[in-house]
Amino acid sequence: MAAKTIISRPLYGTLSPQPGKHHLFIVDAEGALAITDMAGKAPPGFFDGAEIVFIPGPEGRHVAALEALKPAQLHIAPSFASLLPRLKQTLTNAHMGLRLYLAGTEGLIGQAMQAALEAGIDHTSIQTEHRGSLARRVQCVHCKGITENVSTQPALCSHCGLLLLVRDHYSRRLAAFQGVCINAEDRSEIPPMEEAFP
Amino acid sequence: MSTGTTKLDVVVSDVVPVNELVTRFHFRRRDGGLLPTFSGGAHVVVEMRDGDRTRLNPYSLMGSPLDTREYTISVRRDDVGRGGSLFMHRQVKPGLEMVISYPVNLFSLDLRAKKHLMLAGGIGITPFMAQTSQLAGAGGNFELHYTCRTASLGTYADVLQQRYGNRVRLYHDDREERIDLDKLLSSQPLGTHLYVCGPAGMINWVRDRAAALGWPPETVHFEHFAAPQPGAPFDVTLAVSGKTIRVGEQQSLLEAIEAAGVDPPYLCRGGVCGQCETNVISSDGKFIHNDHWLSEEDHRSGCKIMPCVSRFEGKSLVLER
Repeated sequence: MAAKTIISRPLYGTLSPQPGKHHLFIVDAEGALAITDMAGKAPPGFFDGAEIVFIPGPEGRHVAALEALKPAQLHIAPSFASLLPRLKQTLTNAHMGLRLYLAGTEGLIGQAMQAALEAGIDHTSIQTEHRGSLARRVQCVHCKGITENVSTQPALCSHCGLLLLVRDHYSRRLAAFQGVCINAEDRSEIPPMEEAFP
Repeated sequence: MSTGTTKLDVVVSDVVPVNELVTRFHFRRRDGGLLPTFSGGAHVVVEMRDGDRTRLNPYSLMGSPLDTREYTISVRRDDVGRGGSLFMHRQVKPGLEMVISYPVNLFSLDLRAKKHLMLAGGIGITPFMAQTSQLAGAGGNFELHYTCRTASLGTYADVLQQRYGNRVRLYHDDREERIDLDKLLSSQPLGTHLYVCGPAGMINWVRDRAAALGWPPETVHFEHFAAPQPGAPFDVTLAVSGKTIRVGEQQSLLEAIEAAGVDPPYLCRGGVCGQCETNVISSDGKFIHNDHWLSEEDHRSGCKIMPCVSRFEGKSLVLER
């Protein structure tokens, strides 16, 4: 569970059913369990107005559990990039009364929220729950390249190769944590790389 | 004088009757300069010196925020109110020197919205006059639904329709025209923000329906200045200043505290802004809460009161003032 360190570091809650006409869930991997755990608290007929978009990930589990909820639509996607055009289309055509629920890894929550913010949904209006990996999406503040699934501290920028200190400083606009060169004064100084975000 | 309410010395530059109940007042700076910038939805507190009595009433600024040569407010005459609106209608003439507060905005537009849906009831139209001017100047996307009792009491309906055409929709009570609220709220594009200003019943109705239809609370904005209600006189002990005061029938608790020479902070004097929130040290009796600021829990606890609009009935009340 993420702890509040600085004000920009996002915190996540527990999904809970909101009043609304349509319910859109974007979840990956273990995030599916956040929906099934929430289902017990949902009023009858809640999933009749629900659309679930699910990225099962390499282990491919939990599809059957989501099918059992009988949502109006269940869409299985191989990756976030593959579901983004569909998500943008859905948000463009949506009306007030649509509620958004995001669960799973921080990278997924952040990127789906980024699309939602562009569509005019306030970040405080979105239900979120973190499940699964703590791996981070990191923007190198020097070359601006984004490295996905960063689990170490420090981490190597996959674009320019600088060794980055992964900060808790987070950008909702970029959906990424900020990575700052850790040895700018003396590049020969190489601090040990530790598994920090398993 | 109070925190955040720096005063402006103004002169009444024009008084224009709008219809049988509403009159518009124009203010300019006495030194001829420009007035402070404001944004749509802002209000000023007007000081009314009526003999030995001073009333302080909030009114929404209704002019264009793009023009700060003058401020304009519209005042609906309330024949059974505490006299502020009657004072404005009867005593305030062009040339009169008055004092008003700096503008304060507790009902501002959220400019991140993709669309602004505005619902006005009666004299609740005034903040929308400024907001629509602000949005129209910036090419903003808005739609205004305005309910009035009759066409002749539809204050500024003609002006608004002339300016904005079919972006303004009128509903007349006497013609049994009603907003199909559920349909309206359900057909708004994602990213719409809702603004409502009018009678308390209308605000509560709109807020309830919006919540039920899945509008997140941060997308629903409302403003209702509660006028302080008269009531039975009551005694209050101000523990910090060591004074015991009596609140008159037509006086608000805040006014009584001020009359005793104690200056609590205030901004809106209408139960909205939260500035004058006061802790209760002890009480034996019943609170009559009329504000929109404190939570229901706060109301039940009896530990806090908003002296601008709320009253008390009972044996004793001690406040931290």
